Amino acid sequence: MTDVLQLDQLTKSYPGVAALKPFALNFRQGEVHALLGENGAGKSTLIKLVTGAISADAGRVILDGQDLTGLGPAATLNAGIAAIYQEFSLFPDLTVAENVFFGRQTTRRGLVDRAAMEAETARILADLGTDISPRAMVRDLSVGHQQMVELAKSVSRNARVLIMDEPTAPLTNREVGFLYEVIARLKARGVTIIYISHRLKEIFDLCDRVTVLRDGDFVATLNTAATTEDELVRLMVGRAVASDHPASTATSGEVLFQARGLRSAKVHDVSFSVRAGEILGLAGLVGAGRTETARLIFGADPRTGGEIFVAGRPVTIRSPRDAIAAGIGLIPEDRKRQGVLLNQSITFNTVFAALARVSPGLFASARAEREAASRLCDKLQIKTPSLGQLAGRLSGGNQQKVVLAKWLLTESRVLIFDEPTRGIDVGAKQEIYALMRRLSDRGAAIIMISSEMPELLGMSDRVIVLAQGRIAGELAKDDFDQERVLRLASGLETRREAA
Amino acid sequence: MTIDTSTSVTPRKGGQDRGKAKLAQYGIYFALFVLVAVFTVTSDVFLTSANLLNVLRQVSIIGICAVGLTFVLLTGGIDLSVGSVIGVSGMTCATLVAAGFPVVLAIAGALAFGLLAGLLAGFIINEAGIPPLITTLGLMTTFRGVSYIIGGGLPVYGVPDGLKALGQGYVLGIPVPVILMAITLALGHVVLTYTRFGREVYGVGGNEEAARLSGVNVKTLKYKVYALSGMLAAFAGIVLMARVNSGQPKGGEGYELDIITAVVLGGVSIFGGVGRLSGVLAGVLIMGVLANGMILLNINEYVQWVVKGAVLLAAVALDQFIHRQSKAG
Repeated sequence: MTDVLQLDQLTKSYPGVAALKPFALNFRQGEVHALLGENGAGKSTLIKLVTGAISADAGRVILDGQDLTGLGPAATLNAGIAAIYQEFSLFPDLTVAENVFFGRQTTRRGLVDRAAMEAETARILADLGTDISPRAMVRDLSVGHQQMVELAKSVSRNARVLIMDEPTAPLTNREVGFLYEVIARLKARGVTIIYISHRLKEIFDLCDRVTVLRDGDFVATLNTAATTEDELVRLMVGRAVASDHPASTATSGEVLFQARGLRSAKVHDVSFSVRAGEILGLAGLVGAGRTETARLIFGADPRTGGEIFVAGRPVTIRSPRDAIAAGIGLIPEDRKRQGVLLNQSITFNTVFAALARVSPGLFASARAEREAASRLCDKLQIKTPSLGQLAGRLSGGNQQKVVLAKWLLTESRVLIFDEPTRGIDVGAKQEIYALMRRLSDRGAAIIMISSEMPELLGMSDRVIVLAQGRIAGELAKDDFDQERVLRLASGLETRREAA
Repeated sequence: MTIDTSTSVTPRKGGQDRGKAKLAQYGIYFALFVLVAVFTVTSDVFLTSANLLNVLRQVSIIGICAVGLTFVLLTGGIDLSVGSVIGVSGMTCATLVAAGFPVVLAIAGALAFGLLAGLLAGFIINEAGIPPLITTLGLMTTFRGVSYIIGGGLPVYGVPDGLKALGQGYVLGIPVPVILMAITLALGHVVLTYTRFGREVYGVGGNEEAARLSGVNVKTLKYKVYALSGMLAAFAGIVLMARVNSGQPKGGEGYELDIITAVVLGGVSIFGGVGRLSGVLAGVLIMGVLANGMILLNINEYVQWVVKGAVLLAAVALDQFIHRQSKAG
């Protein structure tokens, strides 16, 4: 088979991070080629470079001998590289045919020729093996059918390379089976498919070859027929667990937090408990329900079932307000959108969740607020020229400390850290680790979510692995093993009932 | 915002945008000063105590409403219904008095309408999820209709002297409406700057999701600010009715635009979370001085409309500019 797409020494760096390191990678005509790697391995960066969504620092993208480097997304699409992301780019209030031909409508004498577009769309959809009506509104279609419309868009543009990012994630089992058939049809026509999925089983079902990436670098390209799941997991992880995480000195105390049978649309019967002085890690792939679980506990999203106990007593949590009153604090994953008020001062942010506590009287006392903020700034070593500094002007690490300060002021004893070190530089990460450990040593119960496995295993005393909204397994500190976690998270190993 | 005034060290890096923020904050006072200077030179009547008191009395209605609207805008919302609430409130109060109810009861009735109008706006925004702009646009038309319906399209006369004093009286030589405006502004400033409720208003406007995750009951807060805006508009409606001696179905028509212009001119961001009432006072005064000065200079009324519109656009453009700068930084 001939190579249709060649990636030649593509590189991309962001300040402080090499998102993609230079290597050569070729894709053959008519193959299904999997890209595999942990979160942050460089898959997304690679795809964005190939589709022209971002521009490379160096290197070339060559399609059939034609150099596509530096072309924007529209030109790349015209050249024959299409991508289907997890978030569809469809217009829900337009018909299927209008979506397929959006931006390049067939016209006759200057007017849009609906009939011609609908006929062509019907032909493409029939070719793909579905009978979706070209006149249906996209809004009314199931997720699986919407995905077919996305595929039809790519086919109508004669895409030669089709990138699919986690295409099965939103689908039901039956829809997955159908997608497999469609992929086989496209492949038979010589379309090259770059397939990204965390589910190893799919890779063995569908793909001819698989390329493993790690830390933005190339690890290996293997024939799927000649490899095993175990080998792939080993290649993905490929490193020892870092040991730069402060060890626990506390002996675990009483059970401080307990969740029983938490349920929502994305969380199914999740139960666990955390002791005072313990850091519990929640592991799982993106979309496994970790953040959703955290938000349920904190009352940020409505839950359909389940009970929560703090220090042995049942608590009613219907809103974040209730959770805060119960002594729970959440350091959310999206710091700028959910954590800090960017256009308010450090003082404002610090006292915002504890206004009544800081100034018990009728009026808010600016002095009491400043004193409280100043005390916490010293304690957490927030680096700032003044307490009046706007939070938006602080570094990521210091912003995160401000969020933490907010919960220290409410005297929360149950703290949920959702991706606490995302977007924070290395030095500040160490400080956050040290703070977390100090809090737990003083008797806080900490729940930590992180997509960075070394960090999660380094910090946690115990890990629960979530997969598709359910608890897939639990590991004690002595059994920590990156491969095991990954196997549980990707559904390769199911929970041992005896455990 | 105003929570911390102890900024002892100015960071070198933040110096530039601090300068920009200062410009936005104090530019308004400078503009007011320039306007006053220009009219002082061009008209020999402008800078007389009688005329200045006249200006203050004229802006007192929009000044009172501007306080409520400041709270609404700070949460990131808007209230277009205030002008119509002024109308309904004046009509309600005048009708109740004319029907023989005691003045106190008539005032209470008008205020109760303002409260309900605000709660209704809050209810539609919170529970139906309709954006504030559309919600209050709909209510603006609805309430204007109500205002005409109350008197069958006709004004209601027969305001007793005690009530008239609210709009026409003087205390120590100062018109009563001006005093009422000053009290409203002062109380609004205290609430906004020194209470937990004020902090929550700024928090919700700055980042609604972060505020919710910090334990603020965002829905309750929105009910409160729209109720406040409705009540203050109703209060202004009573004062206006007392000043013109009658309940007018057209009362307060078009006021919402003057009020919003004044508030935005005063540095309150249409994106929420930023602004203070001291600036709003300056914005209100600019609107008054501009209108008064143009009349003194015999500038055509139609031209005055053009100027007012241009002032609103300039204020919003400045807000956009600052917002973009602070985002880019």
